[in-house]
Amino acid sequence: MNFPILSSLILLPSIGALFLFFTKSKKENNSTIKYVALFTSLVNFFLSIYLWILFDETTSSFQFVEDRIWIEGLINYKIGVDGISILFILLATFITPLCIISINNSIKNRLAEFLIAVLIMESFMIGVFCSLDLLVFYLFFEAGLIPMFLIIGIWGGERRVYSAFKFFLYTLLGSVLMLIAIISIYWITGTTDITSLYELRIDSKYQNLLWLAFFSSFAVKTPMWPVHTWLPDAHVEAPTAGSVLLAAILLKMAGYGFIRFSLGLFPVASEIFTPLVYTLSVIAIIFTSLIALMQEDMKKLIAYSSVAHMGFVTLGIFTIQQQGLEGSIIQMISHGLVSAALFLSVGVVYDRMHSRLINTYGGIVSIVPKYSVLLMIFVLASLGLPGTSGFVGEFLILMGAFKDNFLIAVIASVGVILGAAYILWLYKRVVFGKLINSDLKEMTDLNKSELFILSCLAIPILFFGFYPDPLINTIEVSISDLIKMYNINLIKN
Amino acid sequence: MINLELVFPEIFLALSIMFLLILGVFKKNSSKLVINISLIFLLITTILTFNEISNLKKTTLFNGSIIIDYFSLLMKIVTLLASFFVLVISSSYLKTFKISKIEYPILILSSVLGMMIMISSNDLIVFYMGLELQSLALYVLATFNRDQLKSSEAGLKYFVLSALSSGLLLYGCSLIYGFTGTTNFNLIANQLDTSQYGLTFGIVFILVGLAFKISAVPFHMWAPDVYEGSPTSVTLFFTMVPKVAALTVFIRFLYVPFLNLIDQWQMILIFLSIASMLFGAIAAIGQTNLKRLIAYSSIGHVGYALAGVATGSNDGIQSSIIYIIIYILMNLGLFSCLLMMKRNNEYYEDIIDLSGISKNHPLMSLSLLVILFSLAGIPPLAGFFAKFYIFKSVLEQSMYFLAIVGLLSTVIAAFYYLRLIKIIYFDKEKEKFDTDHSLWLKFSLTTSTLLILIYFIFPSQLIEIISKITII
Repeated sequence: MNFPILSSLILLPSIGALFLFFTKSKKENNSTIKYVALFTSLVNFFLSIYLWILFDETTSSFQFVEDRIWIEGLINYKIGVDGISILFILLATFITPLCIISINNSIKNRLAEFLIAVLIMESFMIGVFCSLDLLVFYLFFEAGLIPMFLIIGIWGGERRVYSAFKFFLYTLLGSVLMLIAIISIYWITGTTDITSLYELRIDSKYQNLLWLAFFSSFAVKTPMWPVHTWLPDAHVEAPTAGSVLLAAILLKMAGYGFIRFSLGLFPVASEIFTPLVYTLSVIAIIFTSLIALMQEDMKKLIAYSSVAHMGFVTLGIFTIQQQGLEGSIIQMISHGLVSAALFLSVGVVYDRMHSRLINTYGGIVSIVPKYSVLLMIFVLASLGLPGTSGFVGEFLILMGAFKDNFLIAVIASVGVILGAAYILWLYKRVVFGKLINSDLKEMTDLNKSELFILSCLAIPILFFGFYPDPLINTIEVSISDLIKMYNINLIKN
Repeated sequence: MINLELVFPEIFLALSIMFLLILGVFKKNSSKLVINISLIFLLITTILTFNEISNLKKTTLFNGSIIIDYFSLLMKIVTLLASFFVLVISSSYLKTFKISKIEYPILILSSVLGMMIMISSNDLIVFYMGLELQSLALYVLATFNRDQLKSSEAGLKYFVLSALSSGLLLYGCSLIYGFTGTTNFNLIANQLDTSQYGLTFGIVFILVGLAFKISAVPFHMWAPDVYEGSPTSVTLFFTMVPKVAALTVFIRFLYVPFLNLIDQWQMILIFLSIASMLFGAIAAIGQTNLKRLIAYSSIGHVGYALAGVATGSNDGIQSSIIYIIIYILMNLGLFSCLLMMKRNNEYYEDIIDLSGISKNHPLMSLSLLVILFSLAGIPPLAGFFAKFYIFKSVLEQSMYFLAIVGLLSTVIAAFYYLRLIKIIYFDKEKEKFDTDHSLWLKFSLTTSTLLILIYFIFPSQLIEIISKITII
């Protein structure tokens, strides 16, 4: 086991990007460029599948650990995976090739640069999920801002500048406090290595402030109410592939951070601040669902639904129950797939009609039947119908929540109904009804590559909806050990 | 017997300045020759200085008024290399403005000589001598494009304000001499009587003078005007080289004689640092001229470097030095780009002129992207590590307020760097700039960009070099 498989996963997309950097960006080269990028990301995907096969599900300790001195006596480049992080790596490597395929005509200029940004983004995202050192984590976490800023800003819509700035500054402001916390942890304990920090236990008198500093960063990134306002802007203006990356993977960094750092490092503070997280999550679920009902823009509606779904995730994480945490992770994976699919679906009609407004559409079911069927699957998955992956996550989260706090769970359940309301209403207004806009008759159904992408997303959504065992088996041991450690640390402090 | 070998680089530089002066006077149209020879002399001086590092003991010369140690030699090398690059990339700029005269390299060399003396000084009088030598040369350099009103104005402004600050500095020196009876740093440390408030006044006056030279808020007023008015190649010199020397003196002056008075000066430094970071970040937002923007950004960066000095620890000093070195590197890249913004023998220096250059000059804008994100302190670029070391040492001393203000001002500062990136990448393109740049210009841009970009792979090397510096 000497082959550094995780480092290869991180480095490979960057190497692909380097190749693209040296190819000439001409119109004739465009397909070659796309194939190079696709090839790189596919190799990465298969490598991560191989990682999953090698992965040992019976232990919660970190596997494939690489530990190298980076800055003498200060930072070690330490990476590894456990049951919690491996699924996110798979999600990242799975979504990226789909993103690359989906760029058909939507990105007209500077294709090579766009793909470089996407591939570098993939490197950073994988890095976030496998870093086992706080500083390495911070580095990857922050570095992701650069490519995303450029993706939104260069290839975005009309208000791209405003959105890109808002995205960048919001997240940066949240993260700098985390940097202070990380350096403080270094001076308090003398290390930033997560595994040793789990054992060392940070003194409870520091925990509250440190927890808040980490929270400020993760809350912005999740995003939680009331700091979610950057997300709808960023989503609406970003190109489809950018929205997909943002919704499917970037938002999951924060959820992952909550599990790995907030629960793992600061159990005492997590216990104290659980009511805060509950309140914010429930507000997010109810409030943003109501906002989503009112949206005229499809992308904006899905963006708000993301906030609501992430509200379920944070709720589930802080139940600190086996079911709640498992549900959160599955909800994140499922939301990664579903939101990616929904954004891609919006991209499909946008490419044809150049409008994201709901009232442009209506009655397209007979014109684009294949599209309507697939969209139906995604919509049902988004509202959490049994048989889709969305159900498994939401159900487990609510189960955990009922164990912990009855009132919160009841309110959150109302959110499920609201979630069904806005997304079904969206579907009704877009697909069913009378065909009023006569331009829609010109619309063509899904072409081969679109059909391929959307089916690729529909299959795991349905598969994990009926048979979530592979996911649950992977995370089960890690989660139960995390909860055990959490409870032990809570008592000892 | 005084060991003159140790000051040989300075002697060599002084002699070469005289030689160049004579050569320039007697040989007509020799400006190109003088520049080339002065480059060679600078390199030789660098090598001579570098030679001393290998077998070095901390030595003082001339009754302890000059100190040769690892710290001073390292800072001299940084100064010399930075000035070398300044000279080498500015030649085409000078030619365009027809100010390629023999005085230019000679003045830069004499300024460098002054800085070397400053860096080595262990005595208030020697320090003042070096300071004045470098300042006098800089006054003339600021007005070097004398046909332009702005340049003359810059020089005059710099001269008047700088003279005032030198006066304050001298007054501080005299107070310290009056209360301790000596001007030597080590002797002052021995004579120090912490109960005397007169000493504190002396320190404050000297700090004011130094803060002026390093352009820290609230003594920064000259910087934007002088940076804007001076020829770009001189601005490049201003933003990089004198800051190294001033920072060195800052550190040496505070930590050798007055370490025991740290309670008295620490608050002042924290104030200077916070004010510079915040003001630099906020004031830069509204700028339309690139050189003015760089002036404000350099004020902000000086604030971060001073935060390291304010910690009162070896770690803090080292982080300041790392910061200033990385800052020089980023500035070199930034100015290389600025010197490339040329079209039909005219240089452009407004922010708007950068509009959409990513279409026509993809490589140059990529370098700018890297440099600007690095200046904003976004990982994994070198600028992040520079800030990281600073905040690490600041938090070690539990100075949370300083750290939080510092990091918040990086967010504010990120805004105007992002604005530049926005203009470069998101806006409509304009006419092409010339592409026939000198090889050195391209070289300095590529090297600085690459170093910033790959710094994260080898972060230990720089630390290893710097960590040998111990003052306390």
